[in-house]
Amino acid sequence: MSSEYQTTETLDVKGQSCPMPIVKTKQAIDDLEADDVLEVVATDSGSMSDIRGWADGTDGVELLEQVEGDDIYTHYVKKTER
Amino acid sequence: MSTDNPPTSVDDGEVEFDATEVQALRERVEELEESVADIDDGDDRKKMTIVATQGSFDMAYPPLILASTAAAFGWEVVVFHTFWGLDILHEEKSKDLKLSAVGNPNMPVPNAVAALPGMDTMATKMMQKKIDDNGTATIEELIDLSHESGVDLQACQMTIELMDYDEDDFYDGVTTGVGAATALQHMSESDIQLLI
Repeated sequence: MSSEYQTTETLDVKGQSCPMPIVKTKQAIDDLEADDVLEVVATDSGSMSDIRGWADGTDGVELLEQVEGDDIYTHYVKKTER
Repeated sequence: MSTDNPPTSVDDGEVEFDATEVQALRERVEELEESVADIDDGDDRKKMTIVATQGSFDMAYPPLILASTAAAFGWEVVVFHTFWGLDILHEEKSKDLKLSAVGNPNMPVPNAVAALPGMDTMATKMMQKKIDDNGTATIEELIDLSHESGVDLQACQMTIELMDYDEDDFYDGVTTGVGAATALQHMSESDIQLLI
């Protein structure tokens, strides 16, 4: 499940459910620099809609891609500004 | 075509305006730009106020989940805990919140059975197990998370006294000494207000 993005960091939230994937993603993004890309690996199927909604409603982040695998949901979130 | 009101002057098809009129318009534009800039300078973060009134195990989750998620959106969040909602912030009681087996049509037992001694404890244990299995956070974790992300968890002062609680009974970081007026003031400034 490799991606064309240069991933800066990977956040593993497998086995965690709402609201953890979102809250942890936000915390991880806060620690990154502008243009960094965070890979979020989750097992919560709700994270597909939640990460999209969070990225849409939050300044300074951009959702690059979401990959739905075999019970694994991978999200690529770019930090656009500090 | 009437020539009664000819333009002041016509020069290469452009209309010349009165100099004082132009100056007045220019000043008005500057004035408006300043007032727009003032609006932009304001805090444009969304605000949410949740009033948490319930203290049963299941009802402790929605306010904390919404509050911590809203904080992840960068919103300014206040959760005002009153009446039974106060138990969510009570360090000791929050670890022993119960789910009511009675009056819940989703319970697999009739009310007459649910009313028997020990049924609430059993229902709570079942729910607790489901929560653990599902990887759902505990109440304490959600409180920590909320505080870490800047959520203001408030404990209604009147209820603290009514329930005979002590301010030290609550988790560190809980705001005490607040009442309905404080809650209303934040609600009036909020984009979203919820009563749970």
